Amino acid sequence: MNMRIALNVITTAAAFALTACSSTPPSQEPVTTRDAAPAQIPAQTPPQTATPAAVPNVTPPAADAFNPLNEFSIYFDLDQYTVDDKQIPLVRRHADYIKKNPGQRVSVQGNTDERGSREYNLSLGQKRAEAVKKLLVTEGAKESQIEAVSLGEEKPKNPGRDESAWKENRRSDITYPR
Amino acid sequence: MNAFSALSIVRRLALTLLSCGACLVHAQAVLGPVTPGSQQYPIAITNLPGEAALPHAIAQIVRDDLARSGLFRMIDASNLPVPAEASQVRMADWTARGAGYLAFGRVTPTADGRFTARVGIIDVAKQAELGSFSYTLAPAQARVTGHRIADDIYEKVTGEKGFFNTKIAYVKKAGTRFDLIVADSDGQNEQSALTSREPIISPRWSPGGDKLAYVSFENRKPQIWVHEIYTSKRTLVGNFRGSNSAPAWSPDGNTLAIALTLSGGTQIYSIPASGGDSRRLTNSGGIDTEPWFAPDGSIYFTSDRGGSPQIYRMAGSGGEARRITFRGTYNVSPRVSPDGKTLAFVARTNGVFRLSTLDLTAPGQQERVITDTDKDESPSFAPNGRMLLYATDIGGRGILATVSADGQTKQRISVTAADAREPAWGPYNK
Repeated sequence: MNMRIALNVITTAAAFALTACSSTPPSQEPVTTRDAAPAQIPAQTPPQTATPAAVPNVTPPAADAFNPLNEFSIYFDLDQYTVDDKQIPLVRRHADYIKKNPGQRVSVQGNTDERGSREYNLSLGQKRAEAVKKLLVTEGAKESQIEAVSLGEEKPKNPGRDESAWKENRRSDITYPR
Repeated sequence: MNAFSALSIVRRLALTLLSCGACLVHAQAVLGPVTPGSQQYPIAITNLPGEAALPHAIAQIVRDDLARSGLFRMIDASNLPVPAEASQVRMADWTARGAGYLAFGRVTPTADGRFTARVGIIDVAKQAELGSFSYTLAPAQARVTGHRIADDIYEKVTGEKGFFNTKIAYVKKAGTRFDLIVADSDGQNEQSALTSREPIISPRWSPGGDKLAYVSFENRKPQIWVHEIYTSKRTLVGNFRGSNSAPAWSPDGNTLAIALTLSGGTQIYSIPASGGDSRRLTNSGGIDTEPWFAPDGSIYFTSDRGGSPQIYRMAGSGGEARRITFRGTYNVSPRVSPDGKTLAFVARTNGVFRLSTLDLTAPGQQERVITDTDKDESPSFAPNGRMLLYATDIGGRGILATVSADGQTKQRISVTAADAREPAWGPYNK
């Protein structure tokens, strides 16, 4: 194998040199022999199936126990990850509920619209989740109750491809895993 | 054309090199390098008599590869006799067609059920043979042989190494199913390395081309895996608290720069490529992500520390960073060319996302937009830096395309996926 590779390099260089020297048409060339043997063909390897972990229960508390809090989404402007003043009362209501239920675990999931870099969007979603988490803590919830995670642009709530869909997807959701 | 035994080739070559060693320098000066866009090589590529016995017509694969590079203009080779050897080439016929170069050859069966493809390359203007090659192949290797022939022609004519016999990786989405696909550089011969019900993003080739690092959400959060594609062995290397993403290989393949959220926001860390403890490389209050190693070991990355996402550069060991992009309010996904001289990235202007390049050897230069569609993402350089592969969107559907580094030649890569994204061009085959 090494022998073959080394040979190829040499033959190529030699043919190159010969070309430049030769002005007589068509020059006689040594034939470079290439073996197209199966260098690396992954066809033989069966695809692996990633087994997803068990789906965690991500459902909000029952509506009756939580009536004023039927809204769980905080929306963001393009590129932004600061919570708008208008949405603070909503976050405050959740903070009150979390405070009164110290055993309740909370997951804040940050999302972005589909445009731009997937990696940057993952980070942007994380910032949107963190911003809501921080506000919940400021309003009295315990930090240890709350996890901030990002879904980036990977799980759009609205699969549309216009501003009305993008607006809906620039969002943090406060979720209550049971 | 006779086949030579290995020994006789070595003997002949030793003589050739001795007698013509001084010509090497001269040869390079004559043949290249080529400024893309400024010149296209007009080349005629004949059909290869006998190739009908193979599952794929090799000559067409060669033509498609070379045309996609933007450096070659295809000259019609039909209705002219295919020469059996270089001495039979009627130069006047090809000159009349406007061909500056000619590749011809044939495919013959061998006694063991395989085939031999022989190809000669002629500089028509100089009336000189640039090289002749012989390839032994099983029928299933018709495609890879086509790519190797295209590589040899590319190298003989341009003086630069070809890059067609390389792999690409991308993610295919169909309904709720995600596949990590490995395919030939033209999108054909696709094979799934991983299937998942959860998103897969950011596949990145190891420098050796035998591994892919990527981000998988299979455990309901982003984690980084290293996947040996020829054995299917997978290792979870990034499983820290919070989000694990944006893997980038160091030039020696021993280290990954990654993005973690250990401190809340996303910051850049390094870990051994085989997994292990993390070391923090950036320290900002904002977003630092999308690290990319330049060949010199420095790291380019995206940060919003200046108020909008822009590209910065720092030492491979972290520390102080210098801002690289200044125009506009959204410049992300830095990728450095294999020679370290060009930065490619995604720039948003007036709501559209396009690939841009920046000449890193001439500070103060303007960024140059090289694509013209609206949702262009995820660029990656071909291993010789002459082309980029990227993802874009047509009619709400993710597709893959290539563009020459000068922006002159764009072409869609044909894949079966209804939704293809996150492409990455692999290195040269070892």
